[in-house]
Amino acid sequence: MSRVQKSFAWMRQHWVILIGIILAIGVMTFPIPQITDPQTRTITLDARQFEFAPHRIHINKGDRVIIQFTASDVVHGFYLDGYGIQERVEPGITKQIEFVAEHTGKFRYRCSVSCGSLHPFMIGELVVGPNEPFWRAIAFVIVSVITLIAYQFFSKGTSYEHATLGTSPA
Amino acid sequence: MIRSQRINVLQHVPFLRGILKSRLFQPVLTISTLFFFTLAIVTGLFGTPVGNRNFGIVFVWIVWWGLLIILLVPFLGRLWCAACPIPVPGEWLQRRGIINRRKGRLSTLRWKFPKRLRNMWLQNFGFLGIAIFSAIILTRPEVSAWLLLGFSLIGIVLSILYENRVFCRYVCPVGGFIGLYSLMAPIEVRVQDPAVCATHTPKDCIIGNEYAYGCPWMVFPGTLERNTYCGMCMECIKACPKNNVVINLRPVGSDLMVAKERRLDEAYKAFIMLACALLYSVVLLGPWGWLKQWANMDTLPHWLAYAGVFLLANLLLLPGLFTLTTLLSRRLGGIQLPLRQLVTDYAYTLVPLGLTAWIAFSFSLVFTNGSYAVAVLSDPFGWGWNLFGTTESAWTPFGSSLMPFLQTGILTAGMLFAVNTAYKIAGQYTPDPRRALRGMLPIAGFITSITFVFLWLYLG
Repeated sequence: MSRVQKSFAWMRQHWVILIGIILAIGVMTFPIPQITDPQTRTITLDARQFEFAPHRIHINKGDRVIIQFTASDVVHGFYLDGYGIQERVEPGITKQIEFVAEHTGKFRYRCSVSCGSLHPFMIGELVVGPNEPFWRAIAFVIVSVITLIAYQFFSKGTSYEHATLGTSPA
Repeated sequence: MIRSQRINVLQHVPFLRGILKSRLFQPVLTISTLFFFTLAIVTGLFGTPVGNRNFGIVFVWIVWWGLLIILLVPFLGRLWCAACPIPVPGEWLQRRGIINRRKGRLSTLRWKFPKRLRNMWLQNFGFLGIAIFSAIILTRPEVSAWLLLGFSLIGIVLSILYENRVFCRYVCPVGGFIGLYSLMAPIEVRVQDPAVCATHTPKDCIIGNEYAYGCPWMVFPGTLERNTYCGMCMECIKACPKNNVVINLRPVGSDLMVAKERRLDEAYKAFIMLACALLYSVVLLGPWGWLKQWANMDTLPHWLAYAGVFLLANLLLLPGLFTLTTLLSRRLGGIQLPLRQLVTDYAYTLVPLGLTAWIAFSFSLVFTNGSYAVAVLSDPFGWGWNLFGTTESAWTPFGSSLMPFLQTGILTAGMLFAVNTAYKIAGQYTPDPRRALRGMLPIAGFITSITFVFLWLYLG
């Protein structure tokens, strides 16, 4: 049997998996339309041990973001994952951070100046909508699990022939 | 017992047997790790109190933890236990030696470890006891150092009282989850032919001989079917005069299907580990500052409330929800099995899910904070040293753009493995594959829901 014939034989047996793979590729690449027009967003962000206020910011892709960054107690920092923006602020001073939200998804902003015991866990969240990575991940998980269950259904038990491998069945 | 789909590594890499038979094998590993362990304690006690500038915090809770959960446990099972420095002083005291096998029995008081404690419950409660203080332990070098020192002292005391590695087998809170998750590892220490062991009466692997000690983990390799309690110390390979003990490569997660050894204490370990991965993701990686403060014991009432909810979620909420799901599964699948046993069996589906959840959590922790290690290497105490010229290296998180893909990929893999395991477990109790599938559906729903929660926490 040639390699091509073998591939077709495999596909006949595992067509459910094949459809699942096609669907998974589909949900990972399907274009998600931008619904809202870009705006300018001005946000006051205050840092204090060991949290940011607000701790979660929602904006949309394309928005111009102006962050007025302050610190309430000790020196704090701001580092935005995925954007690489970094700033440092002393109490009583306001620093302005500006950027355009070009990437969608959830990006954590973190304190980048050692500010106390829980400093490594001082985190906030910037969600740039539409949150494509999250919804694609959810769709991917759903497609994957349905594919597996469908495969188990159509294989009529042959997929658990390995169930007792290396075991002493009850 | 079916032993197909195994590749005997020692047959394909013959020189490995020589290395493993050498009495230097384990001491080389343990002496190396003991050096770093001692440094972690000393820097913790005498170094800077700033966690991210202290070797004790950075190397234990970021470097070691990352290596353990992302690489060692998934790929090499319990091999870390062979290198672990914690029980080493106690073991050396028992053996009155470090490398060579000394004649005679181990030097202990030969107490008998209580039968009712010969399970994973101590490890479960020990892990929870530490977990409720985790925000403090992970960030305070001194507390972390005392904890490590305490582990070692308990190991020594237990080695004086009892023979063998009672600490590792029944007490070590880390060893408990390593044991459970090593069920997934693609590697195992097993006998090649059980019939050889059955007829070989001297049982060198249990009582030892001039080349090796009897199994320190109190396991008989001849009947070993799971990785959970094998510390991979390789004493049995040294002891076996028949060369019947081998290292196999095998399909991932093979041990999950060993039905006869499933136990409630291990099932609870699976619940606890999954719940802790969820709660740590909320508390440590989430944006809720007040929750971090409560976990950090800003006031005693806050911490008590936090600890209460933490324990409740671990001991009642998650197991309770899982029991209800199992009840539904039993009804749908028509599985005639006591609920307690079915809950115990199905709980093993949470092993792949829990392991991948911990890997996803650790990706975030390690990739974000791993760069602290570069500076700490040059200045382990935080005293301003610059041993390798890297003290001034800046904190730089890396891989943040890759993180959603890594976390989604690993969580999906764990979820699929868990759902497939649920189907196989259901199949062990019903000959009809359609009934097995119906029975598995509620468990698949539970597993998928937990995966959604993780995805929301990391990406949503």
